[in-house]
Amino acid sequence: MTKIHVTATVNGDPVEFLTDPRESLLDCLRDRLGLTGSKEGCGTGDCGACSVLVDGVLVCSCLVLGAEAQGKKIETVEGIANGEELHPLQRKFIEHAALQCGFCTPGILVAAKALLAQNPDPTETEVRYWLAGNLCRCTGYDKIIRAVMDAAAEMRGAA
Amino acid sequence: MHYHTPKSFDEAATISAGAKGVTRFLAGGTDVLVQLRAGMVTPDDLIDLKHIPGVKDITRTADGGWRIGVAVSGAELSRHAALCADWPGVIEGMNLVGSTQVQGRATLVGNLCNGSPAADSVPGLVAAGAKVTITSANGSRDVAVEDIPAGPGRNVLKPGEVISAVILPPRGKDGGDAYLRFIPRTEMDIAVVGAAVNLTLAGGKIATARVSLGAVAPKVLLVDEAARAIIGTDLNDAALEALTTAARAAATPISDKRGTAEFRTEVVGVLVRRAAQIAMARAKGDKK
Repeated sequence: MTKIHVTATVNGDPVEFLTDPRESLLDCLRDRLGLTGSKEGCGTGDCGACSVLVDGVLVCSCLVLGAEAQGKKIETVEGIANGEELHPLQRKFIEHAALQCGFCTPGILVAAKALLAQNPDPTETEVRYWLAGNLCRCTGYDKIIRAVMDAAAEMRGAA
Repeated sequence: MHYHTPKSFDEAATISAGAKGVTRFLAGGTDVLVQLRAGMVTPDDLIDLKHIPGVKDITRTADGGWRIGVAVSGAELSRHAALCADWPGVIEGMNLVGSTQVQGRATLVGNLCNGSPAADSVPGLVAAGAKVTITSANGSRDVAVEDIPAGPGRNVLKPGEVISAVILPPRGKDGGDAYLRFIPRTEMDIAVVGAAVNLTLAGGKIATARVSLGAVAPKVLLVDEAARAIIGTDLNDAALEALTTAARAAATPISDKRGTAEFRTEVVGVLVRRAAQIAMARAKGDKK
C-alpha cells in the first residue's frame, strides 16, 4: 500500500507525515505526530471527542482522512494554552469542575473556543445546541455549560 | 484503497468509469468515512472531489436560481444570507443534519446520494424542484432530485457518473417553502417523519405547490395529490384537511424502533399541514 506524504500546519507548526489513504486525521495526529490530546470516543462522528479545527472549521477529525489535511491549518487542544498559561476556558473548566474522567474535555474545549470566536456572547441555549455533538458521560453537562458561559463572560471583560 | 484527487469532474468520471472494484466519491465524508470504518463499504478507489475548482462555490444562475457546489457544507449554506432568504425550507432541512462538527463537512449531494429515506435535506430540495447535474463521459445532464434515490441506501448513479452541482430554480415573487421533521428529542437524531412544502401565491391563492415527505416510504416522496389538494385555495381549513388526507394516503411507512407505521402516518399529516402554513406565511413575507 502506497503511503501518502502530507504537509500541513498543526497549532502553527509546520508538520509532515506519511499516511495510509484509509487513515483518519485523528489517527495521524495521535499516532504519526504524537498529539494524543484529541480522543477517539466513537470513530463515527457522534461523540465529538476528536474535535479539531481544519482551516478554522470545527470538524470531527475521525471523519477526515489524514490525506485530506494536505496544505491545511489544523488546530487541536494542544494549541489552546499559551505555554504554561491556561486558556480562560481551561481555567473555568477546572474552577467549575466541568470534567470528571476528562475524555470528552479536549473536544469540548476546541468546540467551545470555536463558538466563542464567532459568538463572544452566546445564550445558554446557543451553547447547548453548539455542543450537542460533544457527548459527556460524567457531568450531566450543566457544569460544562456554566464553565463555557463564565469563560465567555471573562473573555468579554464582563466578569 | 487508492485515493484520487481529480482536478475536474470529467477526470473524476473517467476514474470512476475505469475503476474495477468499489468506488466512492468523497466530499464531506460524514457517511463515507463512517461506512469505511465500520467495514460496511471498503472502496478500492476513493475519489476526493474537493480539488475540483468551484466545488465550494454558491453562485446565482442567469435565470435567478442558484448553483451550489458539491462540497459546500451545511454550515456554509446556513451562512449564505441571500440563499437562506430565497429557500429557507431547503436550508433548514440541511441544518438539521448532525452536529456542529458534522455541519462543518456534510453536503447536500452526500445526503442525497446516501439514499436514506429519512435524509433531512432531501424533502426540501424535492419540494423546491431542485435538480442535480450528472457528469459522465457522455457529457452533463440535469436530473430532478426525486429521481436520484433508488431505495434505502441506494441511488441511480452508474459507474462513470458523478454529480457535479445542485441547481435550485429561481424563487420568484410571492413564494415560500418550509421543512419540518419529528424526532423524540430536540437535536441530533434521525427523522421519524419529515415534510416539506413549497408554494407560490397569485392573488392570495396558491398558484403552484410541491409537497415532499420523508421517512414514510423507501424513498423520499413527491406527492402530487397533496399539492393538488391546496392549489387554487387560500389554505383554508378544508384545504388543510385535504392536504392531510392526501399525505397520509401517500405514506407507506415501516414500523421500527423510531416509530410505528400508524404513528408515522398520523404525524406526517400533522407536519405537512404545519409546513404548508409556514410556507404560506413566508410567501406572504414572513421572514421567520
